[in-house]
Amino acid sequence: MKRFDIYLIGVGGQGIGLLSETILRAADHGNIPVSGVDTHGLAQRGGMVVSHVRLGSTLTTPLIRRGRADLVVALERTEAYRALYSHARSGGTLVYYDTSWQTLGARLGREEEVSNSLLERECLKRKVNLHGVRMEELEDYRMQNMVLLGKIASLSLVPYIGKEQYEEAMDDLMAGTMLEKNLEVFRKIAG
Amino acid sequence: MKSLGEILLRNSSFEEIVIGNTAIVRAMVESGVRVVTTYPGSPTPEIASAVLSIPQKDRPFYFEYSTNEKVATEVAFGASINGHLACVFFKSVGLNVAADSFVQLGHMELLGGMVIVLGDDPGANSSQNEQDNRHYAHMTYTPLFEPATPAEAYEMFIEAASISRKRRMPVVVRMTTHVCHAKQKVLFSFWKAGKNGDISRFDPANGPYIPIAKAALDMKKKAIEKIRNFQEYAETSPSNSIDDNGNRVKGIITAGLPYLSILEILEDVSEKPDILKLGLVHPLPAQRIAGFLRGHTEVVIIEELDDLLEREIKSIAYEKGINTRIIGKTCDEDWIGEYTPDRVAPIMDRVWPEMEISVEDVPDIPLAPRPPQMCPGCGHRSAFHAIKQALSEKDITVADIGCHTLGFLPPYNMGQALLSMGHSTGTASGLSLFNDQRRVVAFLGDSTLFHAGIPGIINAIFNSHNLTLVIMENGTTAMTGHQNHPGSGANARGPVMAISIDRMLEGLGVTNIRRIDTYSQGKLTSMIEEAVAEKGFSVVIASHPCMLKFTREQRRKPGFIQKTVDIDQDKCTLARSCVAEFACPSFQRLQDGTIRVNPELCIGDASCIQTCPSKAISLKKSSGSQGEGDTE
Ligand SMILES: Cc1ncc(C[n+]2csc(CCOP(=O)(O)OP(=O)(O)O)c2C)c(N)n1
Repeated sequence: MKRFDIYLIGVGGQGIGLLSETILRAADHGNIPVSGVDTHGLAQRGGMVVSHVRLGSTLTTPLIRRGRADLVVALERTEAYRALYSHARSGGTLVYYDTSWQTLGARLGREEEVSNSLLERECLKRKVNLHGVRMEELEDYRMQNMVLLGKIASLSLVPYIGKEQYEEAMDDLMAGTMLEKNLEVFRKIAG
Repeated sequence: MKSLGEILLRNSSFEEIVIGNTAIVRAMVESGVRVVTTYPGSPTPEIASAVLSIPQKDRPFYFEYSTNEKVATEVAFGASINGHLACVFFKSVGLNVAADSFVQLGHMELLGGMVIVLGDDPGANSSQNEQDNRHYAHMTYTPLFEPATPAEAYEMFIEAASISRKRRMPVVVRMTTHVCHAKQKVLFSFWKAGKNGDISRFDPANGPYIPIAKAALDMKKKAIEKIRNFQEYAETSPSNSIDDNGNRVKGIITAGLPYLSILEILEDVSEKPDILKLGLVHPLPAQRIAGFLRGHTEVVIIEELDDLLEREIKSIAYEKGINTRIIGKTCDEDWIGEYTPDRVAPIMDRVWPEMEISVEDVPDIPLAPRPPQMCPGCGHRSAFHAIKQALSEKDITVADIGCHTLGFLPPYNMGQALLSMGHSTGTASGLSLFNDQRRVVAFLGDSTLFHAGIPGIINAIFNSHNLTLVIMENGTTAMTGHQNHPGSGANARGPVMAISIDRMLEGLGVTNIRRIDTYSQGKLTSMIEEAVAEKGFSVVIASHPCMLKFTREQRRKPGFIQKTVDIDQDKCTLARSCVAEFACPSFQRLQDGTIRVNPELCIGDASCIQTCPSKAISLKKSSGSQGEGDTE
């Protein structure tokens, strides 16, 4: 089995942990050897947070090398741009949720906010396939991670993992209304 | 939904995906640990989260959040000499706080055994330094294990506990950030709840336990003997292993997470070096290392942080007259940062260019880093915004450790010096000497006050220092994940009386204590103006509950409606103080220069309304997100 490396990025508070844990457990439900690591600690307070998920091997460093991720999953536009530079590999894929949590620099007017067109231009230059997703009618922004997961499932962006495995993983991690609502959003996008 | 608490107490053997910190808890359970203590700090607080996932009545051991790492160590020590296997865990710099008691442990007969789990933080991801705590093991004759994966963390803890119990000596398991948080499927063994019996076995005859006069030296001798006898075990410990790739020229000696970085880098290399991977790094298996050195012409030591292995291995080679070329650190940079694959690749390439290791040429990112920041609604933000109005440019502000440290960032720039937890009052006292020109203000969080802040406060009273201490009270240990502290009203087992900071300070004789909710920004500004004008030691308690914790709790309630604020664009005069001075991250600047509220970030706390000179901000009741109505 060929290795497949997924680098996730977002801003502390966006729910990157649940997203990466779902992908990781989905891989396990598909009997794919998997390992990973999340950012914990200080950065969770509104800083840049990342998570690494590595499919296809067991005894391996959980840390993906720069410029080598097969798939980059970004919960936010500026962070998508950051990871495009740091971790996306040429020929790989970047999928992002189209929202903006401005950096301090952007808010103070010291740096420009990353736009969709800038992201598109850079992806073209770097031969990275780009997919943006956004769901206007989402009742709670904290489920944007499930919109992204739905997009990943609908486009089969992670080899070896199908919709059922994602749902099995969600069932491991959530219960009650939270599970119901998240499943509903996931299914709407995943089809 | 899987229940972690249930998983951790399974009787049969099982496999589960866990982080290193969780693996440690199952190891505690299987080893029969009876007492567990801690003070929170990254990268280890998830050990406590895993413990707390087991309902209090089912926990097979006693668990407490102690007031600081030193006390936590002492509680575990007391339990151990009373015959109970004990475990204390905390972050890297926690060992500095614990050190005064920790250094004695090796001198003592630890009847029940005692394992110290450390979370070191190479790369200083969530710490004020990246100190290498292996030094402490050398200094105190204490064995030290260094796992590279969650599975190894589990196995090595069990090995450490068994050694500690058998030899009655302390044993350290040193984890690092990305071992604590790495996720992996681990095979756990079975467990049967034992009948432990609540027997107090402490007996001074097991000691001596009083290291005074000649006894101190006798006890030291015993500590040295213990570690020397243990040396023999180190030679055969299953935690050290060799990857034999049949290379008789090149070898690598390494330990911990860097081992995995090396495997990654060597993946495309055809003639792979042999690797001696150390799991027990103190004491070193000298014979085994000598054998490995003799078997190769060149041995590279890939060692994260300081050069302890390198120095010891070179001395082994010298003692045994081995001529193998040993290559260690060659420049200052080699001492700094985490040894990720991206770091190790150029190091290996430098030593063995003939291996043609691919060193990634990744372009610089054209973006400033995104550092952590205070959350929307954070009471600390209101406090800093208000306090700033009361001070002049030349006044000195002293930061302390906690979420409020983030006040040092622009645009607040509140807090200009930082040493360690609880330092602020002491440092501010020093800054107040020979200083009639600049007023000195120190900040201190409430968890930190109980942890290490009290001696500095008593000193300021005792020696009549001239400063204002602002206690940034939010009722919790926010930065590390909302652990209860003595002022919270509950401990790790249930509700208790909260210790009142006001009454404590009154008891110490502080007469000028002012208390205010930080959202009352105008009043807080006046209070600081009054306080800094007074001679002597004054205290302002700037209080507001942690809004991240509060909002999370609210969201779980049925019928919860998320409120947000809104900007009336007709009233807005583009003064931009909301975005540039108060700087709540909810305010976003559009391309045309206007300011909008990001509804994904705003929690409707309304603390910003008072900061708008044009009165353009007001609360709007949105139809937005609803509560989940159940618990996570
Ligand atoms: C000796 C030591 N132990 C633990 C930590 C980890 N740590 C960082 S901030 C913090 C808590 C601060 O809590 P508090 O003082 O209440 O401030 P808050 O974060 O709630 O604002 C802790 C425990 C540390 N840096 N140093």
